[in-house]
Amino acid sequence: MTETSSMARELLIQFAYLISSILFILGLSGLSDPKRARNGMRLAMVAMLFAVIGTLLHHDIVRYEFIVVGLVVGSFIGVVIGLPLGVNIPMTAMPQFVAISHMFGAVAATLVGIDEYFALGTTPPGPIMAALGAEVILGALTVTGSFMAFGKLQELIRGRPITFPGQNFFNIGLFITTIGLLAYQMMVPGQPNVFYIMIGLATVIGVLMVLPIGGADMPVVISLLNAYAGLSASAMGFAINNNLLIVVGALDGASGFLLSILMCRAMNRSIMNVLFGAFGTVAKASIKSATGLTVKEVSIEDAAVSLAYAQKVIVVPGYGLAVARAQQLIREMADLIEKHGGEVKYAIHPVAGRMPGHMNVLLAEAEVPYDKLIDMEEINDDFEKTDVALVIGANDVVNPAARSDPSSPIYGMPILNVDKAKSVIVMKRGMGAGFAGIENELFFEPRTLMLFGDAKASLGKLVAALKTV
Amino acid sequence: MSTLTSLMQLWVFVLAAFVGFQVITKVPALLHTPLMSAANAITGISLVGSLVAAGSGRGLASNVLGAIAVACASINVVGGFLITDRMLKMFKQPGRKE
Repeated sequence: MTETSSMARELLIQFAYLISSILFILGLSGLSDPKRARNGMRLAMVAMLFAVIGTLLHHDIVRYEFIVVGLVVGSFIGVVIGLPLGVNIPMTAMPQFVAISHMFGAVAATLVGIDEYFALGTTPPGPIMAALGAEVILGALTVTGSFMAFGKLQELIRGRPITFPGQNFFNIGLFITTIGLLAYQMMVPGQPNVFYIMIGLATVIGVLMVLPIGGADMPVVISLLNAYAGLSASAMGFAINNNLLIVVGALDGASGFLLSILMCRAMNRSIMNVLFGAFGTVAKASIKSATGLTVKEVSIEDAAVSLAYAQKVIVVPGYGLAVARAQQLIREMADLIEKHGGEVKYAIHPVAGRMPGHMNVLLAEAEVPYDKLIDMEEINDDFEKTDVALVIGANDVVNPAARSDPSSPIYGMPILNVDKAKSVIVMKRGMGAGFAGIENELFFEPRTLMLFGDAKASLGKLVAALKTV
Repeated sequence: MSTLTSLMQLWVFVLAAFVGFQVITKVPALLHTPLMSAANAITGISLVGSLVAAGSGRGLASNVLGAIAVACASINVVGGFLITDRMLKMFKQPGRKE
């Protein structure tokens, strides 16, 4: 191959990468508006296509059969997960899906790092070793961390935090050891065994990092792992001198960190507290006993009547609603209330569901118009003027203890002011505590009526009763 | 030369991170779940490195590792984008009946 044609090829690759980077950024910025979001994602897909095409021109690529096999097998599995079976994945399983999907991306990054290490004869120069090390460490801990997060959310592993004495010290020690091994390899190259031990330790860190974190905090971890996976890709870019990888990895890292921070802010907790606080164990000490208090139950018919004659209704959907897959019924119910002249809005707590914005997706699935989904800050003052606040399968996000009880583990978390409404109907399966494992005083308030039963069954009966009112 | 390259890379990284923060801050809470899923799909950019390994002339071990990496990254990309699109499809414009 002549020098000029090789140069031209390199220019073409860089040009494809430049277009790809621009399209990725434009695609992500499309997500600032629901109307443009879908087109934005199409741009991102085109960006990925440019990335692949540009890479295939790479002069190091001399054979294509393995690429084709990998692409075909991977795309096939991806389509199987994403498409026809994907239609059946309930939207409630989104966090698990994101977690397991991350795992695959991180496996790729780690394998490439290992391959690159051996391609350089196990003796890469210092800076390259640093980049490769960062790539495989972040990659490997994302692999096991994501799998643990998946396992916990899918309930393959106990969702409650698993803790042992000295856990944080042990984890930090392990992390420092891993970094130490990397530093050692930068000074004394050519030791594949140390390299393997380093990766092994990183996988252990991934597991230990997720163990003490309860299911409720898992989205924060998934988002963090997203950031790590992004940084791993960036590190890969540093190692093989590829600007596209650096740019896209950085975008991903930024998005992951920012989302984690936003989520923690919504729960009024620091990221340190989420990662090292072992939430559920604190809760045990300060559960308020509910003995001696009674709740008032309400019949379907009475609930239907009060909803039918209400002027303003705010629905507070929680994860329980999504689990019961009753979103569609909610919309039917809202339509009926509106037919009676009432106004229905939905109050969305930032951490309703299992991840931020999760509830919006779940309700959008039931074709609830998104302008009726109101964020917590905007709707909280409206509760005073609300005739009926209908809480469906939500618990911790409406627990007044977050405002009043400093000993409560959720104290300080911003909540929806449901207790300010003129009347409250709580639809709940039973008297069990919420995801955080805390008793809820709201249920014992005089203005609160409880409607026990499966959300879907109850809502079905409510809709039927509303039709006859 | 090598130090200069590293510095240039760092330069690109920092600027991209800034752009990332700017862009992501503008995403409304409404779309945070699709954003997470989109970011997940984009993590599959490790496909780029995987392709080079799978197609390199470094030997069979390299190619096999690469092929596995390509498959994993493709699962990430394809699955991620399909799910994101499925979610975004559900955000109907208010008031527009279909």
